[in-house]
Order: sequence, then C-alpha cells, then structure tokens
Amino acid sequence: MTTPQTTLTRPVDDATLRKAFSVRERPARPSALSASLALAWRALLKIKHVPFQLFDVTMFPIMMTVMFTFLFGGAIAGSVGEYVQFLIPGILVMTVSMISMYTALGINTDISKGIFDRFRSLPFWRPAVLVGALLGDSVRYTLASFVVITLGLILGFRPGGGIMGVALALVILLLFAFSLSWIWTLIGLLMKTPESVMMVSSMASFPLTFASNVFVDPTTMPSWLQAVVSVNPITLAASAVRGLMHGTVTSGDIAGVLIACAVLVGVFAPLTMYVYRNKNAH
Amino acid sequence: MPPTGYAIEVNDLRKSFGKVEVLKGINLRVERGGLLALLGPNGAGKTTTVRILATLLQPDSGTAKVLGHDVVREADSVRRRVSLTGQFASVDDELTGMENLIMVARLLGYSWSDAKTRATELINAFDLAEASNRLVKNYSGGMRRRLDIAASIIITPDVLFLDEPTSGLDPRSRRQVWDIVRTLLAAGTTVLLTTQYLEEADQLANRIVIIDHGTVIADGTIGELKTSVGSGTVHVRLYDPKDRPAAEQIMAQTLGVAVHLESDPAALSAQVSNPERVASTLSNLSQAGISVTDFSLGQPSLDEVFLALTGQPAEDQPAATEEYA
Repeated sequence: MTTPQTTLTRPVDDATLRKAFSVRERPARPSALSASLALAWRALLKIKHVPFQLFDVTMFPIMMTVMFTFLFGGAIAGSVGEYVQFLIPGILVMTVSMISMYTALGINTDISKGIFDRFRSLPFWRPAVLVGALLGDSVRYTLASFVVITLGLILGFRPGGGIMGVALALVILLLFAFSLSWIWTLIGLLMKTPESVMMVSSMASFPLTFASNVFVDPTTMPSWLQAVVSVNPITLAASAVRGLMHGTVTSGDIAGVLIACAVLVGVFAPLTMYVYRNKNAH
Repeated sequence: MPPTGYAIEVNDLRKSFGKVEVLKGINLRVERGGLLALLGPNGAGKTTTVRILATLLQPDSGTAKVLGHDVVREADSVRRRVSLTGQFASVDDELTGMENLIMVARLLGYSWSDAKTRATELINAFDLAEASNRLVKNYSGGMRRRLDIAASIIITPDVLFLDEPTSGLDPRSRRQVWDIVRTLLAAGTTVLLTTQYLEEADQLANRIVIIDHGTVIADGTIGELKTSVGSGTVHVRLYDPKDRPAAEQIMAQTLGVAVHLESDPAALSAQVSNPERVASTLSNLSQAGISVTDFSLGQPSLDEVFLALTGQPAEDQPAATEEYA
C-alpha cells in the first residue's frame, strides 16, 4: 500500500460531500414494530458475523443433557431410559433460561461501548432496543431447543404428545424465555461491568434452576423447599413443557406458566424501562 | 423559529456527580451556522456540557436551549434537530460499516430501500467504500471516526455536537475530519466542538470558549483571545542550551519584557508589545556569540493563551474528574 507523501487533503471531492450533507427531510418516526425489527436484524447480523457465539447454545445443552442423563439417570429414575423422559423437558427449560442470561451481557456491552448513546439520541420507541435484542435471541433459543430435542430422541426420549405437543411446548418455552429475559436486561442495565453482570446473573440463575422440578420430582423434598419450588417460575415452565410434550398437560399447568410470564413481564419490564430511561440522566 | 439568533444558549449551567462539582455555572452562546470550539483540559467539564446539550444528561440547575428548545422540557424537539458524535465512537464493532448506517437509518424511520440508498451515498462520500463490507472492529481509528460522523448526519442535523472528534487520530485522518466539519459548516449546520487540541480550535472555530474546572475562563474570537495575551511572541531556539541564561538576559534587556523559558532546554520565548525591537534582539544575540537555530515572531499560540489565562500549560493540568459520566 502506498501513501502519497504530500497530499494530505480531502477524503473525497467537495461536491459529493456537500450533496451528502443536504438531506434535511426527516422520514416519519419508525413504528414500534419496525424499530424492534431493525434491532432484531442487528442481533441476527452478529450471529452471522461471529457464528462462534452459537457454540454455547449448542455445546452447553449437549453437555448438560448427556451429563445429567447418565449421572442421575440410574439413581433417580432407576434407568437412563426412564429418566430421559422426565429430564429432557426440564433440561430444555434450564438451557434456555441459562442462555437468556447472555441478553444481559449484550446490553451491558452496548452501554459500555457507546452505541447505547446513539440509540438513546434517536427518536424511536425506547423499548425497541430491548425487544429487538430479545427477538434476536429467540433464534438462539430455538437452536438450543432443537439440539436438546434431537439429542433426547437419540437417547430414547419419546414424547407422548407427538409433534403437535412438542411444537406447543416450544412456543411456551420461547414465551417463557422472553419473559424471563427482562430480569437479565434489568441486571444488564444496573451493573457496571460485563464481569459483574455474569456474576450476578449466575448467582440468580443457579438457585432458580436447581430449586425446581427440572431434575427431580419435588415430592421427596422437605415441605419448606417444596413451597419454594412450587412457585419457582422455572418449575411452572418445566411442568407445562413436560405436560405438553408427554400429552399429560393440565389447564393448571398452562395457567401456571402464563401467570409466571405475566408476573415476570409485569414486574421486570417496567422496572427495566424505568432504569433504561433514567440511565445516566441524573 | 426561535426568537433569538443563537443556535445554542446556555445560562449558568451547573452539574455535580456526587460531591464533585463538574460544572460551576457555564454560560455559552453559539450563533446559527457558526462553529464554537469548547476548549479545555481533561476533566474541565467539556463532555458533561455536551451531553447535557444533547439531552443525554440532565443539569442540576441553569438552562440550556438548543434552537430555542429547552433541553430538559423539550428534549424530544431537541433530539429531532441535533446529532452527537461522542468521544468513544458510537458504532457497532460487530457489524460492517454499511450495516451500521443502514441500522441507524432504519431507526430514523427510513424504509429498507431508502436506508440502503442513503447508507451507500454516505459510505461513498466519506471514503469508506472499500471497507463498507468489513466489520467495524477491523477499521482504523480514522475510519471509525468517519463512520461515526456519517451515522450522525444521515439526516443532516441543524446542530452537531462533536465531542473530541479527532482525539487519538493520526494527522492525515485528523485533516479528513476537519474537511468534513468544514463542509458541514458550509452546508449551514451549527457545530459545537470540544477539543483539547489548540490547533484544532485555531483551524476550525470562529469562536472559542475556554473552560477549566467547570467555569468559563475565556470567551471570544481567536483574534480577541490572542490580542488579550499580547501582540506577538518571539520564539528563539539556541544551538547550545548552555547559552540560555546569557540569551535570556540579552532578550530581557533588548525587549524590555519578561522572558519565558520553554520546557525545551534550548528554547525561549517572550511576548512583545513593540515588534520593532525584535530585529535588534537577533543582532544582539549574534554579537554576543550565541548561535541561534530558530528565530520567529508570530501571533501567540492558543497554548500561550491558555498559559496566560490559567498560569498552567494546557497539557499539564491534572484531570479533575472522570469526564464520561
């Protein structure tokens, strides 16, 4: 590459530049949907450019499924084959919940990089930044679910609810992950560094996933723990997903997960938006 | 149209972060279509002022109006007419340059095809065509900065805030940014630029406000500021630094003013009110057998203005507070 020695002048000719500076007309403000879609597009482009970030949504579920199936299968359910029937829907919920933590990381990184200031200075529907990120993440959830179910089928998982049941379970799962993500977006906004985001999110997610019915039936637990487990949103999600996949779902299961989603969104979405609007403003 | 002719009006703006008072009553006026350089060392309060004007931060007290709109009460009206290019380029590292511009255009309300057309136009105008499909994280500092400015002017703003637009850039990239700013001014945009570089203010601004520790310490045209310091400055550089004490004496006698010893051990300077004596200074020095490698009479630099105003050179000031807040 050769650099001219003396001509340290303009980047391009004046006329092109001046023409580029003559757009004063402002299009109509984008709708909430198109702003969200533009930001979801951004999330998908990132996956396209750095496919390695899909490593966690493929390897993590494989690791979890294989490990827990063979580790606990014999002890808990008597046989691996039987335990898989119980575990796979639970592992799905757990995996997707864990992956949803990365939403927090992404938002925190955006804030520290300055792109956040750009977004805040543009006059579009404010929640679109978060909604767009969550929409983009649903691709990751879907992929992770696909990996878990495929692996489950190989290990002997036979969902009694058939394809329809599995499909409905996935819809519920996506809805749940979307609702749960609002907790992480709040953490992502509140924490100062990506490291602290990871720490706080892990602290929150471990009790959430283990104190649930993902791995074991809670009937053997002490009653105080059963009380905790029964209102844990992960439990409610796992029951519904399990029921749908095996065709044994009750309306109570569905109502439970829908209420959990409504509460999560109802509490954490307004909190997140409040923090988002006031971030650095005072 | 606002009632006044000013694009930006700031009155007694104050802001504290915790116990640190960052702005202690800033007053500013920027004429429509003008470029004001807000000059000051790290921690002087430049970024805080700009962030308040761009509605990203709220002041504790005082008022700020941009194009006649109050930045707190009418933040949305302000946001529609201004653009900010921050100290840290607000572009997405993990997207290509083209994708960055398309995304921002979409968020401004452009349709997909219009967004693409406008992005392409800007990519070409800013000399980024070759790199348009590369990820921004592989861009050089100058390219990032140009992309950042391009993203800020997708809709040409009436007021553009440029927060240290050339910090960390090489001289060539710096000149490219200056050219972009000049063209933007010619197109009628008002610019408020913050900088630590005195040369940059000298190159671009028609008005300069110097702030230090949260207060305005000088406000005027470049000419006014320079005149306030003295009509001119003699710069002398000696062949041998050992001659400096002798040279200092000769200069002081001949010019009749105090001589300033530069940090360069072979250099001296003096502000003169009577330029006629300058020539005799040179001959007196050579009569005394002192070899001179450099001898010049010029307008005082902004560095000297800063020194005269604060008693400290611009670069040596300690950073008072974290600027990014």
